[in-house]
Parts: sequence; C-alpha cells; structure tokens
Amino acid sequence: MARNVSSQRKIVNTVVAWTIGILIFFPILWTFLTSFKTEAQAIASPPSLLFFDWTFENYFEVQARSDYFKHFMNSVAISFGSTLLGLIIAIPAAWAMAFAPTPKTKDVLMWMLSTKMMPPVGVLVPMYLLFRNTGLLDTRIGLVMILTLINLPIIVWMLYTYFKEIPGEILEAARMDGASLAKEIIYVLTPMAVPGIASTLLLNIILAWNEAFWTLNLTASKAAPLTAFIASYSSPEGLFYAKLSAASTMAIAPILILGWFSQKQLVRGLTFGAVK
Amino acid sequence: MGSIALRNVSKVFGAHTVIPAIDLDISDGEFVVFVGPSGCGKSTLLRLIAGLEDVSGGKILIDGKDATELAPAKRRLSMVFQSYALYPHMSVRSNIAFPLKMAGEDQASIDRKVADAARVLNLTDYLDRKPRQLSGGQRQRVAIGRAIVRQPVAFLFDEPLSNLDAALRVNMRLEISQLHQQLKTTMVYVTHDQVEAMTMADKIVVLNKGNVEQVGTPLELYRRPDNLFVAGFIGSPKMNFITGEIARGHGAHTIGVRPEHIDLSTSAGAWRGTVGVAEHLGSDTFLHVAVDGVGTLTARVGGDFPVRHGDQVYLSPQEGRVHRFNDEGSAIR
Repeated sequence: MARNVSSQRKIVNTVVAWTIGILIFFPILWTFLTSFKTEAQAIASPPSLLFFDWTFENYFEVQARSDYFKHFMNSVAISFGSTLLGLIIAIPAAWAMAFAPTPKTKDVLMWMLSTKMMPPVGVLVPMYLLFRNTGLLDTRIGLVMILTLINLPIIVWMLYTYFKEIPGEILEAARMDGASLAKEIIYVLTPMAVPGIASTLLLNIILAWNEAFWTLNLTASKAAPLTAFIASYSSPEGLFYAKLSAASTMAIAPILILGWFSQKQLVRGLTFGAVK
Repeated sequence: MGSIALRNVSKVFGAHTVIPAIDLDISDGEFVVFVGPSGCGKSTLLRLIAGLEDVSGGKILIDGKDATELAPAKRRLSMVFQSYALYPHMSVRSNIAFPLKMAGEDQASIDRKVADAARVLNLTDYLDRKPRQLSGGQRQRVAIGRAIVRQPVAFLFDEPLSNLDAALRVNMRLEISQLHQQLKTTMVYVTHDQVEAMTMADKIVVLNKGNVEQVGTPLELYRRPDNLFVAGFIGSPKMNFITGEIARGHGAHTIGVRPEHIDLSTSAGAWRGTVGVAEHLGSDTFLHVAVDGVGTLTARVGGDFPVRHGDQVYLSPQEGRVHRFNDEGSAIR
C-alpha cells in the first residue's frame, strides 16, 4: 500500500535530500573546480566558486612532471590483479562455508572479519621488513599480494552471503550428474552467483583503487599507483592546491566512471537477498 | 543391472539417531517406494543411497559391489529432486546434456541422446527455453530427462510430485510408471503419499522413526499389515481401530476394520450408531458414524446409499476382514 505523503512534506524531503547530497558531493566538486584555477586563485580568500580564469595548465603541468599513464597502469594492475586473485581464493572458501559448514564456520568468519579491525599501521614494520627481505618492495606483485590479503575477508563475506541464497539441491544435482567439485563450482555455482560475484568484484576494485596506506608505504616509484601520484603533490608548504586538485581529479575519474556505469549492478549486489 | 543392498546402514546426526540400522534388498528392475510420515528418515535413506550423505555405519552395495565410500558421481545413479533442482542459467537442452557433458561424451552423441530424451518426454519444442519459462510439470519432465540420458543403474526420486497440483500429479504418476515399464531400470521413490506408493510400487518399504515397519507388495501391506502403524498408514480412508470389550471378544487388544470392509444397514447389524458427517464423492460415500460405546468409525458405502446426518444405522464388520493386534501393536495371525 502506498503511503499518503502530502505535497508539502514531499517538498521538505526533497530539499533536505538535495542539501545532504550536495554537502557530501561538495568536496569532490570543489576539487574539480580548483583543478582549473591558477595556484594564486586556488588559495585566494574569499574563494571564487565559478568566476575565475579557467585554465587547463595544471593538467598539462602535472602530466609533464609525473607520468600519469604509468601510475594509472599501476593502479589498474594492482586493483584488478588483487581483486581477481582474491576471487580465485575466496570462491572456493565461500563455497565451503556456505555449503559444507562445520560448527566452527561462524567463528572462522568472525575471525576473518576481526583482522579488519586492527589498524594496519600496527603491522607496518614487520610487513615492511618482510617485503624488503623478499625483494617485494616497490613491485606490482607485492602490492597485489598485500591488497589481496587485506580485502580477502570482505570478499569472502560478501560471496558467502550470496552463496547462502543458492539452493543446495542444485549443487547436489550437479554432484549426482557426475560433476567434480571443480566443475560444480565452475559450471553451476559461479554462473548462478554472477550478480553477487560482479558486485563483489566492483566493490573490491574500488576499495583497492583507493587504498592509500600500503600503496604509499610499500612503493617508491616503479610500482607507485595513483594514490602515490596524488600524494606527491601534497607538500607541507601547501603551495600546489591547484595541481593537487588536478592530480586528484585525474586519479578518481576512472573509478568514478566505472562506478557510474555499474551503479545498478552495485546496488543490486549490495541489497541482494535483503528483500525476498 | 541395478540391484541395491543396504547392510546394517545407520545414520546419526550429532546425538540424534535418524536411522538406527537398516537391512534392505532392492532387486534389479524393481520399483521400490519408501513411504512414511514426514521426519521418518525416508529422504535421508535415499540420500545415503545417493551418496549425498555419508553413512554412520554399515555398507551400501550397488550391483554387489561396495559403494559405501564412493562419491555420488561414481555410483551411476540419477536423482530427481522435489524442487526439480534444474540449473536456472542453462537452457532445457543444456540441462539435459549436463550429465553427458560431465561424462565427457562427444557432441554428436550428446545431441542424439538429448533429442531422444526430449522426444520421449515431449520436450522437443522447449529445448531452447530456460527453466523459468516452463510450467511445473514441464520442469519435472526436464529433471527426469536429465536423469534418464546417462542411463543410470537406478533412478532415485525424492518426492518428485509434491510441488505439482493434484491433476498434474496423477498424470505424472502415470508417466513415471510408464517410463519404468519402458526402461525397466530400478527405481527408488520416496513419498509421504500412500496413494502414490500403492499405485506405483512393485514393493513398498514402510518407514517410521527410521525403522522399517514392513516391506511387501502394495496388496500384501493392504491385506496383511504386520502392525498398527502399517495398518493405519496404508489405505484411505484410514483403518478403524477398536479397543476394549469388542476387541477382547475377538481375542485381541485392538482390532482394525477398513472402512470398505464394513457393511451398512438401516435395520440390523453388530453395532448401532448415528451418522455424523456424510461425505458424498459421487461414486462412494464416506460416513463418519458415532457408534455407542466405541467412538467414531468411518465406513465406505456406495454413492447411492440413502443416508443423511443424524440417521440411525447399523454397522457390521465383514467376516474374515477383521485385523487383530496384540498389546504391543503387532498383528496376531
């Protein structure tokens, strides 16, 4: 049954919703606008919102000073690589927890999640030394490994939730039909869980793309992704607001576009099974 | 070949014993029905045979060979599930072809076998549809098609008709019986519906709380039930049970008379009673009669018998049709 909402109430709700939306979006808009200002205009007080001399100079300068494309490719390799590796590990793990649970399964899930509760800086020194001693510092492989590990609990949890929605009888039917465990997962479970796997994939790419702690601490130049590219413009003197904004805009643009085109899939995946 | 033998098979879930210890022989080509109330362990028993559950003790022999430790896929059995368990992302064709693909058969032979199965089951026009575009009966036929293509040594059916409406259930019952006559492959069928059991089975296994109460042909169970449970479970409407003075008169703790073995008269008979409810089915009428000093008995009479609520009637059990049971519920013969 539809609720009766008066038109006055509707107007108030709309205004409130737009206000909150604009407030949340404002920092991104501000960064975007600042990237087209000169450095002097960027720190001018009072700041001007739209009425300044629009310039693309910052973008050219940023590209000239540090190779955007190299960092972009590092980000792609690290976020997609860690997500795919994570899925390869997490799909069988989530299968086991969803379809062959033991009395301890819930504890294992909680334990996995608990690793996310520790601040990463707590293990920075041992991780750094491990990376240094194994020659993984400033390598894409090293970053793929660490990002896989830190995001694995989230991937397993999400997949576990989706797999729980799939009736076990269908997997049993596959087993009766002669499918081995691997074939059961490849031909039956995975195709049925595609919406869930897709949203896990998207969310994890976004998380890995934006991850800044490990990517900043374990890279220098060779494997540095876009997070390091932005950070290189944030100097303590604070004289490069416009360039910093240009770098930030360039760094978030790809993931924003990816998120924009897949938002339907994302929302569907995140609310999957919430309403039946 | 497709003989199945259970030797001392038991199943325990935690502290709960579902199946104490069962011995059972199913011969090649037989249609065996496991029947019993819900929770009696019949589905668990089927899943043990399938290999979807591990036995807690005992052995399962398929064609004389020990299959207890074999994976489900290696037992050469096919199963049809209550929920059909079709692969929702595959077409009907791919669903039926799936077991053949898993067995690594070449495409030409897969195509031929799928076409054959589709023809037998009237699915040829639906091969390119997805399961969600089919009706319940068609889905069940796809599930059966998927089971028959791999030519298993035996079929296992787990309440396959419970999700269908009454009319369709009668049709599918007939189709499965015809399929059995055609293929002559062993079939093990689980149901809680004694009508399905009676109409389809060569042999019925009546289960109660994990125990086998009786094994026999449908008519054996109907005519000579071993105990009160089987007597009450097989037959519709249910057998009437009478205890007390009347039973003692027959030298038993309890006597049982089926509704169809009670003669009715408006003038004279063994027991006098008042008609409570008369259910007119057309061909038959089921009368629920309150008999003085006994309780309510059900009697089945012809559809033409003129009787209404509140009428006085006399009931007499037919000679030689009275079942006698001792105080432990076992039949006295």
